[in-house]
Amino acid sequence: MKLITKLLLLTCGALVAVATGTVPLLAKETVKLAFIGPLSGGNSAPGIGGRNSTQLAVQLRNADPSAKYTFELVTFDDECKPNIGIQVATKAASDRSIIAGVTHYCSAVGIATVDTYARFGLPVVVWGAILPEITYGNDYHEIHRVNGTMINEGKLAAEFLTKQGFLKYVVVHDTTDYGKGQNKYFSDYLKLAGGEIVATFPVSPDQQDFTAELTKIKELKPDLIMVGGLTPLGVRLRAQMDRVGVTVQLAGVSGIMNAGFLEGAGAAAEGTISFHNGAPISKYEQGQAFLDAYAKAGFREDPDAYGPFAYSAANLIMDAIEKVGPDRAKVKDLLNTTKAYKSLVGEINFDDHRQNILRANVYVAQDGKWVYWPDSEYSAGKRKLRLN
Amino acid sequence: MDLGIVAQQVFNGLMLGVIYSMIAVGFSLFFGVLNVIKFSHGDVVTLGSFSALGAAGLSGALFALPPALALLAGLSAAVGAGALAGIVIGRVLVIPLRGAPSINVLLATLMAGTVLREAIRLGVPNGGNPKPFPALLPSGMIKAGSFSVGIDSVIIVCAGLLLVVGTHLLVTRTRFGLSIRAVAQDDEVARLAGIDQQRVVLGTFTLGSGIAAFAGCMLGLYYREISFNIGVLLGIIGFASAVVGGLGSLMGADYRGISIRRRADAGRGGDADLERLSRCRGLCRHHHPDCVVPDRNDCRTAQRPGVT
Repeated sequence: MKLITKLLLLTCGALVAVATGTVPLLAKETVKLAFIGPLSGGNSAPGIGGRNSTQLAVQLRNADPSAKYTFELVTFDDECKPNIGIQVATKAASDRSIIAGVTHYCSAVGIATVDTYARFGLPVVVWGAILPEITYGNDYHEIHRVNGTMINEGKLAAEFLTKQGFLKYVVVHDTTDYGKGQNKYFSDYLKLAGGEIVATFPVSPDQQDFTAELTKIKELKPDLIMVGGLTPLGVRLRAQMDRVGVTVQLAGVSGIMNAGFLEGAGAAAEGTISFHNGAPISKYEQGQAFLDAYAKAGFREDPDAYGPFAYSAANLIMDAIEKVGPDRAKVKDLLNTTKAYKSLVGEINFDDHRQNILRANVYVAQDGKWVYWPDSEYSAGKRKLRLN
Repeated sequence: MDLGIVAQQVFNGLMLGVIYSMIAVGFSLFFGVLNVIKFSHGDVVTLGSFSALGAAGLSGALFALPPALALLAGLSAAVGAGALAGIVIGRVLVIPLRGAPSINVLLATLMAGTVLREAIRLGVPNGGNPKPFPALLPSGMIKAGSFSVGIDSVIIVCAGLLLVVGTHLLVTRTRFGLSIRAVAQDDEVARLAGIDQQRVVLGTFTLGSGIAAFAGCMLGLYYREISFNIGVLLGIIGFASAVVGGLGSLMGADYRGISIRRRADAGRGGDADLERLSRCRGLCRHHHPDCVVPDRNDCRTAQRPGVT
């Protein structure tokens, strides 16, 4: 008697479920993707922006009825620390249900994890780390990158700044692979362009106090201070320049080109120059559509400067999976041959090291926004950079 | 190098030394009274600076207060929040673990610090980014040749020194100070003499954490920028200052806080890294100060090689 009651109950339950549509009759296969970036710590703002943008790409794809698979995003936090990065990369790569990854904002983490991905055969597309060695320093077919490198950034920075008339430079860079790389490429190209570096200050990335360095800089009287580091370094340097009474022009690598720098430095950010290998989002063909969709999805944080790259990387991977199915090796082979792929950040063309070919752009902080240099009042001559 | 630049570096060192001292005082007090290291101390500093930022910003926006009143609101919010955090950490984590091996207290407070830090990051809108701190002190500059110093820096140095001297007087001249010293020397005898040990311990935590939060507020005013993870490094530096000065010794902590900063500046600049710290620790061991909270460990801790 009890058994019959149970069976009856079960049948009723199943019927109700089918009737209300909670059990899809023909389920799509679920495919997992990994997102890895800094979700906590001082660089979590761009990390979360990238995570949200990737999430958005997945959501839009899942809403598309013509998609063959349902995609599921698994997110990992690398904390911008190489040791944590290797841990989570191993975790993601050893999970065979994860087919590909959108990985790393911090260069120090990006370079530390390439071996892990190669060993486990997980195809990844880097969305934010710009150290050249990540793609050019190895021949791993698993590693791809949609954003540019510091080679084109450093070259543009050196050429642009000397053309503006800055001759004596001081470089403050952090001692991670990121800062050291930025310093190297900027310094090399600056020499070619005819600028002179009067001092270089390598500093720890979480150093709080720069009054000692700035006092030295005050004594050296350079034309420009170049920051080779991430937002916290840029903000601290900018805020403390006023305290010590250093009034020279400030320029920074793309690590400081985000809303966090503008918010942190406040009014003092005005006139800071930066270089970034993405164009402003409104210059992209689908830029407005991306921003609208992003706003509609209701994320609390901004996509940040590298969000569009993460979004493009996710779409690139999902298109590959749609084409060849959820198989790591096949996805890798297809990604390797990417040419003229239309994406949010423009056409993606991988070279022989699976590096997307891009050109860098100049930006300037104007009225609390990063403005594309050709569109700015500084370029039009209405405002002046601090040229001695 | 001209004299102005030298003077500037000396002042930079003094400025930071005062802030480090305020943090080191807390470590010394806790160790003197309870023989514990409270590793969430750096994050209490962060809590103080964020409370000050919130209170000053909010009161400024709601009532359009003049900077002086906004500063007062910020300071009281900072000290209040810091003291409260100190009481909660003391009551919930430290006192119940009094009989346990000291590694337990160390780990528990270390984790409490992580909780505080991440709570600030998640609770503050866009908390992962550095936040600008309003300039609430007068902004003039005093200039003499290549030496220039903000009036606000001078105020911060004076306020810090006053607070440190005040704490010293509190410990050496008041009844509460007497009970702190009694518990530090021998808590069993102190209890027999009718001192409410728990009250003294909680009082010490309130005092030390309040001072740390005050330091956090000063830090914001000085750098005009704060971020949720400033406490990590400050905690280490404050701890190092306290160890070098002799844990449990108040004036030792102050003196070392300042001397660590000066030695760090005398190098090529930048914050005291561990290598430099160990170097100046070696130097300091030769001339350790008298102890104002003499307990059963403090002076020995400063002298015994291999412990400091």
